[in-house]
Amino acid sequence: MIVVRRPQDEEELASLVREASGHGAPLAIEGGGTRKGLGRPVNAGITVSVGGLHGITLYEPAEMVIGARAGTPLAGIEAALAEKGQMLGFEPPDFRRLYGTEGAPTIGAVAAGNLSGSRRLWGGACRDSLIGVRFVNGLGEIVKSGGRVMKNVTGLDLVKLQSGAWGTLGVLTEVTFKVVPRPEVTLTLVIEGLPEARAIEAMSAAVGSPFEITGAAHLPAMAGAPARTLLRIEGFAFSVEYRAGALAEQLKGVGALGRLEAAEADALWRDVSDGAMLSEPRDRAVWRLSVKPGAAAGAVAAIRASRDVTALYDWAGGLVWLATPETGDAGAEIIRQAARQASGYATLMRGSEALRARVPVFEPEPAPIAALSRRIKASFDPAGLLNPGKMHAGI
Amino acid sequence: MGAIAFPTPQAGILARRESILAGLAALLPPECLITSEDERRAYETDAFTAYRRVPMAVALPRNTAEVSAVLAYCHAEGVPVVPRGAGTSLAGGAIPQEDAVVIGVSKMNRILEIDYANRFARVEAGVTNLAITNTVSAEGFFYAPDPSSQLACTIGGNIGMNSGGAHCLKYGVTTNNILGVTLVLVDGTVVEIGGAAMDAPGYDLLGLVCGSEGQLGIITEATVRILRMAEGARPVLFGFPTSEQAGEAVAAIIAAGIVPVAMEFMDKPAIEICEAFAKAGYPMDVEALLIIEVEGSDSEMDATLARIVAIAREHGVKTVRESKSAMETAAIWKGRKSAFGATGRIADYICMDGTIPTGQLPYVLRRIDEIVKHYGLRVANVFHAGDGNLHPLILYNVNDPGEAEKAEEAGNDILKLCVEVGGCLTGEHGVGIEKRDLMHHQFNRVDLQQQLRVRAAFDAQWILNPAKVFPLDGRAA
Repeated sequence: MIVVRRPQDEEELASLVREASGHGAPLAIEGGGTRKGLGRPVNAGITVSVGGLHGITLYEPAEMVIGARAGTPLAGIEAALAEKGQMLGFEPPDFRRLYGTEGAPTIGAVAAGNLSGSRRLWGGACRDSLIGVRFVNGLGEIVKSGGRVMKNVTGLDLVKLQSGAWGTLGVLTEVTFKVVPRPEVTLTLVIEGLPEARAIEAMSAAVGSPFEITGAAHLPAMAGAPARTLLRIEGFAFSVEYRAGALAEQLKGVGALGRLEAAEADALWRDVSDGAMLSEPRDRAVWRLSVKPGAAAGAVAAIRASRDVTALYDWAGGLVWLATPETGDAGAEIIRQAARQASGYATLMRGSEALRARVPVFEPEPAPIAALSRRIKASFDPAGLLNPGKMHAGI
Repeated sequence: MGAIAFPTPQAGILARRESILAGLAALLPPECLITSEDERRAYETDAFTAYRRVPMAVALPRNTAEVSAVLAYCHAEGVPVVPRGAGTSLAGGAIPQEDAVVIGVSKMNRILEIDYANRFARVEAGVTNLAITNTVSAEGFFYAPDPSSQLACTIGGNIGMNSGGAHCLKYGVTTNNILGVTLVLVDGTVVEIGGAAMDAPGYDLLGLVCGSEGQLGIITEATVRILRMAEGARPVLFGFPTSEQAGEAVAAIIAAGIVPVAMEFMDKPAIEICEAFAKAGYPMDVEALLIIEVEGSDSEMDATLARIVAIAREHGVKTVRESKSAMETAAIWKGRKSAFGATGRIADYICMDGTIPTGQLPYVLRRIDEIVKHYGLRVANVFHAGDGNLHPLILYNVNDPGEAEKAEEAGNDILKLCVEVGGCLTGEHGVGIEKRDLMHHQFNRVDLQQQLRVRAAFDAQWILNPAKVFPLDGRAA
């Protein structure tokens, strides 16, 4: 039976970890529980929920910085920011539809996963916005790194190390992000019917223009609708209009640029960031490939030669979402090979527990990197108590 | 000066000097190994010139394999290694020690690949920051981080120190603009981290290596993000009667949802020094100057500037002067970017680099003034106003040992103040030796021990840049 512990503050959490370390009892770490189904299955008798640690601890709009305890719901952060005309710059995804989960995504889990939405193309990744953390390491010590200022090179950057460590290097207790102004206007341009390779060329041309494209995605033809290539421009109204016109002029050889209604566009970008378009059918495995953008269509073609896949592209091709039946290894070997050939890697975002136990969820590491990862893990969590095995065997 | 201690050179290593030089000579051609005292002396310091130590030897390998061979050899022999880019560190990050081998990347200066469609460039570590932009600018691209030393400093050094610059308010610092590195670990193992894709798998080793100050390995190649230049850029000078008003204007601009590409602040002493040098037309009858740069098409810049000017007027701006030509733009930036050099013409100085929450600006400026006066010295302030990264230049006379010591003490007091108000010791120059002994003020024992254990995961024997970053006491993790 799994025991759920819900400490009410950082101190209580630290003593809980110290207690667990006394018994050598591994801990599964949970925020809102909305990404159950991501990562290798963690074998731990105790689940630590950080949901008891909540509340915004710092918000200075003029300094473009917000800090909150790890269990604070993301929605609360976004609402506070919206009130002052600001937002998180990396468009954090909400994976409830992908995993079919309920509950509320928490800001700590956003930081721990380093998963970014469509705006990552322009605004940087989650880890680029994260400027400070507090965490409890596997020794039950409270550690801080970074801070509340956006330029800080004091000491080793453990903030980056925690972002994308999925709780294996510490239980985040408080996170601080830099934020950006919410654009006055968002405009989404659309080109219909482009084949994948042409779409990626068009997105590349757009992103290589001076017009500051904050989203570039290509959606396959589905449910009767033609394939759509989306380009998003944001900012002050006068500037957005100008850039939309200039971009249309630049891309006129590719195809006509239509405009999407704001509400439809917002919903579409939400779907793209959240991977929601691949949530059905639910028994399909879902992969996320981070690749050299220009090589993305080739990678998908190589995979498609031997598997049934549905693919959509974000980050101008730099991110590929892929759904495929869970047969065999769910395509792990050929997908990873194709990703490597495209100078990238693949993550199994969704799969049954059995699949995630037999197929590496995170990209397998070459021996010297794996050795470093193990030593880094040991430097934070020598007894291997925190989310053991979530990323790799022993990590 | 001399308050900063170096570890005592290890007699056992000094005694083996001849055999160590012979070992290195077997790995490198003669033109890549510097052993004579005269030539070694050229490497005795960096831009933190108050401290000097002549290294045992200087290796200038030509490629990753040679770096690997030299590092493996030094590791096996237990010889400390000090990595070096162009030696422009203001924090003493590249200052050697007598029992160390300097490994410099200056001969590794080739641009290996440029990919405009995928927006990256792959370069060797010794390529200078500006050379990257110069190489891609004909196609309308640039590499964003722009430290003032960009003509000389190398990308390897930039990654080592996570360098910033005037334009990182919009484009981020080095760590936000690097996609991958080739890293030689202390035992000579070569690893590839990241690459042409936007994200890298596993623990964020790339983020960890950025700003690690040569403590985790030596970078030999880097894949950097290149961006398309805006259609135009225009800096505007805003002169304010008081520093407080300038600070309030900065906050109000950000609150209005405008993030200019740069917002640089200078106080009166800095204005006078820079104007005398660059003749950029800075207003001389104001107490504080902001250089605010906006980007875009002409019409976009006009509209954005109109909003900024309106805000500045609400905060009592006295002078507004737009750049009317590329020459004026160049002069405006030349003045700002040569602030350190121009200061060096009138006095010796040490340059601080703390960052503060911008809301604390008026208080901190007042306290800096008091601190410096307390020591009987003068200060000129230039800083990146949008992100709170301060550069107080404390002026002193190097030939007066008493003044030099006072300058160092005043600097330490200012950095402690930055930490007290919620900021940090260094925003973009790095800890090096300069701020090493202040680390206790920002981090408690547990924080530092955690960093030391991470460091040990890469270099358990303290071979790499051992005198830097971490206080010399309490190092046993």
